[in-house]
Amino acid sequence: MTDGSSTADGASTEAPSAGRSRPGGRVSSGFGRYLFKHVGGAAVSLLLVLFSSFFIFRLIAGDPIDQLTRERPVSPEERAAMRAELGLDQPMWQQFWDYITGTLTMDLGESFQYRRPIFDLIVERLPATLILSGTGMVLAVVLGFWIGTRAGWKQGTRFDKGHVATGLLLYSAPTFWLGMIIILVFARYLGLFPVNGMRSPSTPPDFWSQAADIGYHLVLPVLTYTAVVYAGYLMIMRSSLLDEIGSDYLTTARAKGLRDDEVRRKHAVPNALLPTVTLVFLALGGVVNGSIVTETVFSWPGLGSLFVQSIFYPDRPVLQALFVLFSSSTILAVLGAEILYWFIDPRIRRSG
Amino acid sequence: MSSEARSSNEEPSSGSAPSSAAPVRGEKSLTARDLRVEFGLPGGRVARAVDGVDLDVAPGEIVALAGESGCGKTTLARTLLGLERSTGGTVAFGGEPLRYSTKALKAYRRQVQLVLQDPSGALNPRHTVYDAVAEGLRIHGITDDEPGRVADALSRAGLRPPEQFFLAYPHELSGGQRQRVVIAGALVLRPSILIADEPVASLDASVRGEILALLLRLKEEQGLGALVITHDLGLAWSIADRIAIMYLGRIVEQGPVEQVLTAPRHPYTRALVSVLPGAPALKEAVPEPIVLAGELPDASRIPGGCRFRPRCQEVAAGRAAEVLHRCESEDLEILGPESAPHLVACHLDRARREDARDGGARMAV
Repeated sequence: MTDGSSTADGASTEAPSAGRSRPGGRVSSGFGRYLFKHVGGAAVSLLLVLFSSFFIFRLIAGDPIDQLTRERPVSPEERAAMRAELGLDQPMWQQFWDYITGTLTMDLGESFQYRRPIFDLIVERLPATLILSGTGMVLAVVLGFWIGTRAGWKQGTRFDKGHVATGLLLYSAPTFWLGMIIILVFARYLGLFPVNGMRSPSTPPDFWSQAADIGYHLVLPVLTYTAVVYAGYLMIMRSSLLDEIGSDYLTTARAKGLRDDEVRRKHAVPNALLPTVTLVFLALGGVVNGSIVTETVFSWPGLGSLFVQSIFYPDRPVLQALFVLFSSSTILAVLGAEILYWFIDPRIRRSG
Repeated sequence: MSSEARSSNEEPSSGSAPSSAAPVRGEKSLTARDLRVEFGLPGGRVARAVDGVDLDVAPGEIVALAGESGCGKTTLARTLLGLERSTGGTVAFGGEPLRYSTKALKAYRRQVQLVLQDPSGALNPRHTVYDAVAEGLRIHGITDDEPGRVADALSRAGLRPPEQFFLAYPHELSGGQRQRVVIAGALVLRPSILIADEPVASLDASVRGEILALLLRLKEEQGLGALVITHDLGLAWSIADRIAIMYLGRIVEQGPVEQVLTAPRHPYTRALVSVLPGAPALKEAVPEPIVLAGELPDASRIPGGCRFRPRCQEVAAGRAAEVLHRCESEDLEILGPESAPHLVACHLDRARREDARDGGARMAV
């Protein structure tokens, strides 16, 4: 420290270096480096996913011709013809090359089971998944954070203990089991909601009737999805807030005259939310893969149930494409979180 | 402050005309009378963290509150700030007892501000220096000339030119600069009293002097009063006008800092002074280091009689044999807040002084 020389007037302290350079170019170039680093990392992960997806499903799925022709006697000529049709007669490197270039140009190949372009299948089923897990995730995050904040702020109270216990109980319940219980109670016994599917065939085709019908079908799957995952957000938010609660800056704010609920709202919660940003972005990435189990239990026509069908078939090109899609949505979501941190956490700007 | 000035039992001692340099008592001084803070512990025990304390802090004086960790000094500070509710006794500002309604507390907190030990924790890491300092103004709805007031507070805290610091974040500053920001955040409301809990304990030795010099300057130039809580008697010696030594929830010796530290009379103060490193002026009073036996007792098990007795070196050495029955059974009264006399809560000290007076009287006869 050079500012300790003249202590008498106490006014000789240096201005912070970062303060001097602002708003000059250093900050933006710092951001450039930060962005480059994280985008580069994400790109490497994406490539690894792309490569491994090709091999993983070739290892586990066996010979697709056997699967396609099961319980039917087929002549070797027919097999060869099918092989040629599916492009399986090509050498491995050629298949690999076609797969890479195809995926990068959005030509994902054709499904074995549906004999249709996989791209069309995904586009068709994506909205259903987004509606279900998007709604469920938003509810789970809002509910979890809201309860978690209150539970953490009043740690040890009956509210805190009750909600932690309930949340963990639901969190540890298997999704398929909870889904079936919910179907039994609300659909079978009470008859309040439909058992499965996304819409009834008898609904008029106009937008509002369709929307109301989908909303009606949505209640039970969303309830299941939210009930299972909200406790995760509750616990993270609660412990993140507990980390902040002992902080001196809360005492300082109180001593300056800030009311307790304002201390929570203005200081504790914003800072406690910081570590949860990654979690929320991971959840955003997870919206695409949705909830495989929930979709299956409720026969929800989304990507999750497509994935399960493809495993049972097994429909290798679809599995391959969905694997890439699910993984890359998560990778991109994490990248989004990293970039956001630059703007919301000033401490990152220094360390890069 | 509310307009209806409530008359309290305590007569503000503002009648005694203060000399120009002397602290201004009364109107803006912080007073504690028989202050008690008890905490319920599991198992029905009660910890008496603060167990009857009388203390005055007036604008223009620095009072040091010293004692080992766990003696209740931080609880006392938090209670004086209204962050903790007292279970007995009163905290009063300007003679008006502190009320715990949101409004009354808010008004009170414009007058009495807090500075904490660790400036890294005391600042919100996501707020700029400007936001940190301006927060007090915003809380209290002071909207005119906010940048000017923030700049003024920063420069009074020794951060000049203040504009250079406006957009800096705490992590971009040194420890000393951070503590100056914390102090500026307290000064911006132009309080009369600052309560500083170990204000330099977490700072580098080279920066400590600066922060202490800053406190002294604020006292002398702006008439700020400060209660500085510390376990470091050397620090108290260098900045305080008065000192109160706290042991297990109660003040055991109180008076002008020169008297208390150069001629300590309570065995506990003597022990503290005796182990002070490198302070020759203070060493004369107690040349041999005294190491206290045992640990500070639990605040839920405060010994009856004199609370220091189990660890007292005078008792251990048998020098207190004559008054031992009083040490064991007779509670000591709470020391008054008067600053001028040097007050000690010790049976042995009392007996010795009575002897001396009697002896003097006999000789005179």
